[in-house]
Amino acid sequence: MGRIRAWRPVSRLLSESAAGREQPAIAEAGSLASRSALLQANTLAVEIRNAAARRGNRLIWSGVSAEIRRGEFLAVLGPNGVGKSTLVKVILGLLPLASGEVRVLGQPPGRANRDIGYLPQRRSFDPGLRVRGVDIVRLGLDGHRWGIPLPGLNRLTERGREEDARVLDAIQLVDAEEFATRPIGEVSGGEQQRLLIAQALIRNPSLLILDEPLDSLDLPNQAASAALLNRICEERGVTVLMVAHNVNPILSYLDRVIYLARGGSVSGTPEEVITAETLTRLYGTPIEVFRTADGHLVVVGQPEPPHGDVHAHLVG
Amino acid sequence: MDPHLTWNLYRDVTQLFDYPFMVNAYRAGTIVAVTAAIIGWFMVLRRQTFAGHTFALVSFPGAAGAILIGVSATYGFFAFSICAALVIAASSRSSRGGYIEESAVIGTVQALGLAFGFLFVSLSHRNVSGAQALLFGSLVGITNDQVIQLLAGGLIVLAIVGFIWRPLLFASVDPDVAAARGVPVQVLAVVFLLVLAVAAAEASQVTGSLLVFALLVLPPATAELLVERPGLSLLTAVAIALLVTWLGLAMSYYNDYPIGFHITSLAFGAYLLAQGWRRLPRWTPFARTSV
Repeated sequence: MGRIRAWRPVSRLLSESAAGREQPAIAEAGSLASRSALLQANTLAVEIRNAAARRGNRLIWSGVSAEIRRGEFLAVLGPNGVGKSTLVKVILGLLPLASGEVRVLGQPPGRANRDIGYLPQRRSFDPGLRVRGVDIVRLGLDGHRWGIPLPGLNRLTERGREEDARVLDAIQLVDAEEFATRPIGEVSGGEQQRLLIAQALIRNPSLLILDEPLDSLDLPNQAASAALLNRICEERGVTVLMVAHNVNPILSYLDRVIYLARGGSVSGTPEEVITAETLTRLYGTPIEVFRTADGHLVVVGQPEPPHGDVHAHLVG
Repeated sequence: MDPHLTWNLYRDVTQLFDYPFMVNAYRAGTIVAVTAAIIGWFMVLRRQTFAGHTFALVSFPGAAGAILIGVSATYGFFAFSICAALVIAASSRSSRGGYIEESAVIGTVQALGLAFGFLFVSLSHRNVSGAQALLFGSLVGITNDQVIQLLAGGLIVLAIVGFIWRPLLFASVDPDVAAARGVPVQVLAVVFLLVLAVAAAEASQVTGSLLVFALLVLPPATAELLVERPGLSLLTAVAIALLVTWLGLAMSYYNDYPIGFHITSLAFGAYLLAQGWRRLPRWTPFARTSV
């Protein structure tokens, strides 16, 4: 990040960067652990052993086991209501396990959250929200800190300059320079998504967890977001765990999928897991998997808990 | 007293402070304007204006009740408003019902509060103008003690908000991510309700219970239209609140119309101007450069 002249306000740097006068800082990210080295080291980002989760009296799932290696791009799949978001909450330590064990980045869940970037389900900001994108990104860095921030003082301290540089770096990483200084309510859903990814990445997390990040986006934006996440995974060595309803936009990038069901889970490469045989065994009802001419997967006959209706839809 | 405007601007200003009651009105107005603008800024951001309005309305029976039993109205304002905040916090915390649930509880508290206010006013056999002062504000009769109480309340509230400022902003715009990052979102929500209750009770004492929005909503809403940067927007809100309060007090001193009317219509005027400025076509000289 040496090339950034960080004593100027972030908004000024952003407009210069958008005009092409500064090179993006990502070119210098090479010192970070590369993805292939991480994959070779074969250490675990998340380890789930025979886990079960409850919400109130309702058993959401049980018998779930999975291992996620550092540097992997992984999707958690399954029909609506099967408890994919619950799994995310468990990994973040927001919901205790009913039984079994989870370790996240070598620690019990919740302990390593400073090292995890998280994008919850949904989120489009209210159109009337008049807070700039760059402020939202910065909250990811210092939003948990108590005390009064003194505007402008940032640029006078070493730490403040470094933080400004990180904000700029994260925004450049997701190519958001052009709209980062506009109120976040006024930018499009895809642009908001990119700013939120920047927010999640600003502390250089080693694990990025996204809950249905592509759900509210149109098809071109889905493809763009998936490609962006893959780039982050490769260039920054960030382990990406994505909850998805539709696997197709990310299928070509995936190292591994976890298919979730009430009574357990299957994990492995997409080719191993998304097959009629495996899914039929997991759900206990006949399930068929078709591959369309353009390489998309369609799963038919997947149960929709809790009703157990039979539906056909794209792999989810 | 016989205040009247002259062509001597200096004399017009010094005349304002000829009487101790006006000095106290200015002191109280300044404290309240700053507090209300800062807390109101967060209230607008968190979409809790209904709660803010309720705290103000509920402080009316508080003040009426305090007068009935013979203690300072200020205590009544604070006590009832804070009680209402605790009730709302407790009931919306137990059920994770979100905004719909919360607004129903708030509406219930508000109706009950107003009913008691009416009862207390009729019990105390006060003249109509007494109740009117509680509802629409009055600048006479603010005592030194009251100013000190307002100052203490304001300082406590501002110290709290200064301490929790960033986590509160985080929890307001992005509660899920803030929670995952270890920000105590639920605790902050309760703390903010209490802080809002104090600010609303303070504002009630200058603008009256019915017109608190003149200071709690209008300056922050106007500031949000003008600037996007959170810190700057907050300072703008404070500046607008101070300006309309000072001007409103002066106007009310010279023409005897109620203080609440002046502050409210000035704040409304500022809001209209800001809206108009935002809508200026781009070719006009003062149009905003950013879209």
